[in-house]
Amino acid sequence: MGNFLKKLPEQAVRIIVLFIALAVVLFVVRQFILPPSLKDPVLQKASATEREAAKEIKYGGAQICTGCHEKVHDVKAKGYHRDLTCESCHGAAQKHTENPTEIKPSIPKKRDYCGYCHTYNSSRPTGFPQINPDTHNPRKPCITCHNPHNPAPPKAPGSCSACHAQIERTKAASYHALVACTVCHTTPEKHKTSPRTVIPSKPDKREFCGKCHDKSSSSSKGLPKVDMETHGEKYVCWQCHYPHMLGGL
Amino acid sequence: MELIHSLSELSKQVVGFIYPNEIEIQWSILIVVYPYITGLVAGAFILASLVKVFNVKELQPTYRLAMLTALAFMLIAPLPLQLHLGQPLRSYEMFLTPNPTSAMAMFGFVYLWYLMVVLLLEIWFEYRRDMIVWSNEATGLRKWILKGLSLFSTDISEKAVAFDKKTVKVVTIIGIPSAFLLHGYVGFIFGSIKANPWWSSVMMPVVFLFSAIVSGIAMVMLLYMIVIPLKGAKIDMKCLDKVASFLFYAVIVDFAIEALDFIHRLYQSEESIKILSQLVSTKLFMSLVVLQVLLGMLIPLSIMVVIKVFRLQEELRRLLYFVTGVLIQLGIFSVRWNVVIGGQLFSKSFRGLTTYKMEMTGIEGFLVALALLIIPFIILSVLIKFLPPWKKEELVGN
Amino acid sequence: MDRRDFLKNLGLLVSSGGIVGGLSAEAWALIINKDYDTSKHNYGMGIDVDKCIGCGRCMQACKTENDVPDEPFFFRTWVERYVIKNDKSVSVKTIGMGPEESADLIVEKDILRSFFVPKLCNQCDHPPCVQVCPVGATFKTADGVILMDTKRCVGCRYCIQACPYGARYLHPVTHVADKCTFCYHRLVKGLLPACVEVCPKQARVFGDMKSIASPLGRFTRMNKTHVLKAGMNTDPKVYYANLDGEVN
Repeated sequence: MGNFLKKLPEQAVRIIVLFIALAVVLFVVRQFILPPSLKDPVLQKASATEREAAKEIKYGGAQICTGCHEKVHDVKAKGYHRDLTCESCHGAAQKHTENPTEIKPSIPKKRDYCGYCHTYNSSRPTGFPQINPDTHNPRKPCITCHNPHNPAPPKAPGSCSACHAQIERTKAASYHALVACTVCHTTPEKHKTSPRTVIPSKPDKREFCGKCHDKSSSSSKGLPKVDMETHGEKYVCWQCHYPHMLGGL
Repeated sequence: MELIHSLSELSKQVVGFIYPNEIEIQWSILIVVYPYITGLVAGAFILASLVKVFNVKELQPTYRLAMLTALAFMLIAPLPLQLHLGQPLRSYEMFLTPNPTSAMAMFGFVYLWYLMVVLLLEIWFEYRRDMIVWSNEATGLRKWILKGLSLFSTDISEKAVAFDKKTVKVVTIIGIPSAFLLHGYVGFIFGSIKANPWWSSVMMPVVFLFSAIVSGIAMVMLLYMIVIPLKGAKIDMKCLDKVASFLFYAVIVDFAIEALDFIHRLYQSEESIKILSQLVSTKLFMSLVVLQVLLGMLIPLSIMVVIKVFRLQEELRRLLYFVTGVLIQLGIFSVRWNVVIGGQLFSKSFRGLTTYKMEMTGIEGFLVALALLIIPFIILSVLIKFLPPWKKEELVGN
Repeated sequence: MDRRDFLKNLGLLVSSGGIVGGLSAEAWALIINKDYDTSKHNYGMGIDVDKCIGCGRCMQACKTENDVPDEPFFFRTWVERYVIKNDKSVSVKTIGMGPEESADLIVEKDILRSFFVPKLCNQCDHPPCVQVCPVGATFKTADGVILMDTKRCVGCRYCIQACPYGARYLHPVTHVADKCTFCYHRLVKGLLPACVEVCPKQARVFGDMKSIASPLGRFTRMNKTHVLKAGMNTDPKVYYANLDGEVN
């Protein structure tokens, strides 16, 4: 080793010394001079998690309103909005619970707020009550007729399109446009007020469609008729023909 | 806010559907400039290594120029990255607490390794004897700078110079894989992002590396053709022809690799092929089909084939080499553009395309990018003045 | 640096990485708050696509709760509207947060299927964003949430590029990366994330997979669940029920 060092030319020694000096300086700085918070990943992650956990809460949660607003809560618990939290419409309310007299949550009273959910949109799932804001009591605030905490309408809906508008509009462009929903779906009156428990019927046999479309049926001559014995014999009719959009797929 | 305003303008130009957060292009022109610069570093070094490791004697006149070019661009390489960071003052964290699973974290160390242990070391050993001689001839500030740079070494005996030459060879041997690592890792950073099918590819580091070699060799060739006449000397045509030969081989390999990637994508026809085809035929048509392939690859390739096949006059050859060099720079720059910007122009939902509006001013704007591309040449001219690549006899002898 | 020091540093680096991964529950609990033990939780979310009505309350609540910029270019969570027509063409857009969505020009008879899909950070179990962050500013907690250390993020945007779901964005004010944290500051106090809280149809279901009874438990039992981009091997923890194949 000693011989090797002696054999090294002086320029090599100078370079090696320079590199070692640099390395030592870097090492000393990193190990001894820098504080742990700058170089310990464990500490850094713990501190980040702490900071994240300490952030301000804006939404108080579903339970916080009942303590002071029991009456409204009881009204809401009976109506169609029972699964809606208060803050969904009234906005973040945590601050209000801390300072109830000076900080008040918002109270949406205009038409546009209810429209976020209830304006007709063809992508909403069927069975969800929707209105066309241009034709449904235009310009009248929704709360005039609907108590937002128990929003049952003053009258039960007259037509199926109140909740099934997308199907209604699809049907309106099909050959079944003039066939009322109730022709195929027997609908008890109670379905309008208890839509999930009282359910309309659906046809379950080929013969149902055959009543109008079998070649032997007494329906009007203009209707397309087939021989129910041979036409699509394995399947029920709606397996191929979508009844709400006949003439489509 | 200005950003909000520009994003609103951008959102009107979206084609199809993009995830809402994708409206802002995250990696801008600066991230196009960065691999272009490191590519030049790696490529220039590879050319230099041909002299020292593979003993291609004809290339000797370009050796020191290539090393200085590599150094000039290497010094600027971290700048585009720094300027692009959201919080540039925190960049030291990559050295202190790098995340070992992150390819980007390794950059700092690879860069330092390459700068200190390869480039600076090799240049020092190459120039040491000359620096000592010049310091003895010089006066004043220049004398002391040279003395300092040579670490106050004094031995210029034959034995010492032989040791220097041997060390240069060893460092170059280490340097070749290091250069591969320096620029290959940039390709790896893109190639390892599985979320982006334009980038995610095993070929990405290879494509980056070979396009780097092409651009580096072409850049040194261009610089040689510009600097030698400026020094009043004559271009060594044997050297230039040899550089052009190696450039030719490199372009062939690069072309083959890129063509392979292209054919492979089309043949495999994965889920992303539809949106990527739309990307190439609409947003990237000019920069990819015209600039990268036609002007940057096919035309230079044809020119070089013509030169190889037909015996052309010296002057014509020089002109064609120059044109080729410039076209290749444009081509390789567009390779970087098409990879970086192209990869962000399509949505990860594969349902839409967005636009990149490069701002003129601003820290990530065109002017800053241009400055970053020009500054290395200024540094290079300083280096050439201070550490001349050629002795007077070499320049006159030709 | 000589060999011994190099090895010592390497050892330190590796062991500190090991400690982070295997930090004891007690230590974490002491760090956050004395009643909350991170190792006893593993959070996930369930989303029933058939229930979403696309009202956008979740998007609004998230922006309020987490101080996300109001503009429609930065989202921690968003809802996409899919309309698949009879000719199999698919059109997708992100819903706005204003009440202007009423008059769309989609003709009902052309619709084959149409629905809303809420999206957010999937809090992957094998997160590509955590893997690529050069400084370790984004990390996975013991309770399964991917958090951001906004004091350390350098704004390199590698994580934003690496996320296959587009869940991340660069915050225009702080210039660091940002994303959904499952409202971690609410979770440690036993509250629900804001988006789950305000959803009128309970299309979003939040749960602790280590709890013996949680809404997510029932959700994953009663529904055939999907995750987004399963082929990316990110192991997302947001489970979709009734997810259409066109959603990506």
